[in-house]
Amino acid sequence: MPDATGLELIAQELRDTDPGSVIGTLMFRGQATIEVDPAHVRTALKHLGGKGYTFLASLHGCDYYPDEPRLGVHYVMLDMKEVDRVTVKARVRVAEPRIPSVVDMFPGADYPEREAYDMFGVEFEGHPDLRRILMPEDYEGFPQRRDFPLGGEPVLFTYNEEQSYGRYQ
Amino acid sequence: MSAEPAGYGPTHELLTLNIGPHHPATHGVLRLIATLEGEVVRDIKPIIGYVHTGIEKTAEDKSYWKVIPVVERMDYLSYYFNAMAFCGAVETLLELEVPPRAQYLRVIHLELNRIMSHLVWLGTSALDLGAMSMFWYCFREREQILDLFEMSSGQRMHTRYIQVGGVIEDIPRGFANRLEKFLNVMPTRADQYADLLEKNEILLARLRGTCPLDEQTLLSLGVTGPLLRAAGNPWDLRKAAPYSSYDHFDFKIPVGTVGDNYDRFRVRHAELYESTKIIRQALDGLPEGPYITTDRKVALPPRHELATSMEALIHHFKLVTEGFRVPAGEVYYPIESPRGELGCFVRSDGSAKPARVHMRDPSFVNLQATAPMVRDSYIADLIATLAMIDPVLGGVDR
Repeated sequence: MPDATGLELIAQELRDTDPGSVIGTLMFRGQATIEVDPAHVRTALKHLGGKGYTFLASLHGCDYYPDEPRLGVHYVMLDMKEVDRVTVKARVRVAEPRIPSVVDMFPGADYPEREAYDMFGVEFEGHPDLRRILMPEDYEGFPQRRDFPLGGEPVLFTYNEEQSYGRYQ
Repeated sequence: MSAEPAGYGPTHELLTLNIGPHHPATHGVLRLIATLEGEVVRDIKPIIGYVHTGIEKTAEDKSYWKVIPVVERMDYLSYYFNAMAFCGAVETLLELEVPPRAQYLRVIHLELNRIMSHLVWLGTSALDLGAMSMFWYCFREREQILDLFEMSSGQRMHTRYIQVGGVIEDIPRGFANRLEKFLNVMPTRADQYADLLEKNEILLARLRGTCPLDEQTLLSLGVTGPLLRAAGNPWDLRKAAPYSSYDHFDFKIPVGTVGDNYDRFRVRHAELYESTKIIRQALDGLPEGPYITTDRKVALPPRHELATSMEALIHHFKLVTEGFRVPAGEVYYPIESPRGELGCFVRSDGSAKPARVHMRDPSFVNLQATAPMVRDSYIADLIATLAMIDPVLGGVDR
């Protein structure tokens, strides 16, 4: 992990090359995180790629309910030479959950972006095939959001079958 | 040169073939939609989600120590690894020191689990390639490992052995002897597998030179583990970023050269020997001391203390009812599972239940490499390649 100074240097360079991109930095338990504006996530990842952080180790979503912007997307970038990780974090509002896709830069982001869309409803603009991946295609709602009840939908019996969205007509 | 993609146009006839979801060769509930031109695969689309059980969502409603059994059921062949990734993440959040004996006991069980997972892979893969007897030989050794798991934890699968702060129990009397016996026999068994398979003309014809993928493409696809090592990149988190005392042990990272199916087979087979070596060193150098942290705010007090100590009783009651609280924050804890980088992301909001648990499962990411690997090769090679990718669908779908 870069130390706190190293992280600040990377963040400052990013601020210089792309003004308005960095929202904040965080060192927590020895792990470095840069929070960026969602519109600038591609330039941030490109900049980190130039620093050696070329491998997208993980891409996952997160819900910060009830704080806004609620939905977070995390990109764990790995430098395999220095064995070093930096997490890039972008948060989008739940009313307008759009963020540029990075599939053209990292083909391996395809499934993880679809998973984040499936579970949180984050729309990755420019993704070639943004469909649900784990839940059924006709599923409604985004189950990993914090305000989605854990029980999900009620078990269907004859008395409540009319409440089902996919009920037999 | 026409502008149309390969396999299209008036002179070609494409056939769309559905394989799975219930097909023995897909190693789980995986559905493949293959576009064929004659016997040649032009494109393939994996369809997943059939065994999605929402474990990550379930985990958000359980206190930290109750999450361990559910995350173990994600990748059902490497349950110790799932528990290790989750506990490692929680320990990072808690800034908890794990006693050396617990770290060594973890390593012993993790590496036994790696051998067990590779044995299932070897047996079922050989079955796909027509070598039926391999399956029985591999499962014979796997049975010995499961007996060892049963001895140390009471369970054969999903053992809940690794806990936050250490392991649930010390190894019982007789475990070391039995493990010693297994360690003596395992390398000779691995030799026997090699004798059976490596001089087998059919197996060589189906593996050698089929469906290679170069290192750069694998890296851009996020592929890690034996698949990446088969292409010549010696990336292994046990060496690169040692956790749980892996830097104490002397072992090698097997790598391949061209990254074809044969290399993938050889790398995993060589890992059987290396894991055996690690377990032997861990068993010989097993330090004395506690097997779980003595921090009573996190780990249960020993049973005998409950009868005499009020403090212990209070701690026990608090831990069993509410669980322990974890400082707010986010961490990502990666380890090397049998299939690659298994990273656990945990976000805590300061309560006794995690606000988000995410597993970066290697099978899920590695599965994306199927299409680039098998494009323009024969459908028989598709089956061999899928076996060599070794996806576990419980981990893919979670």
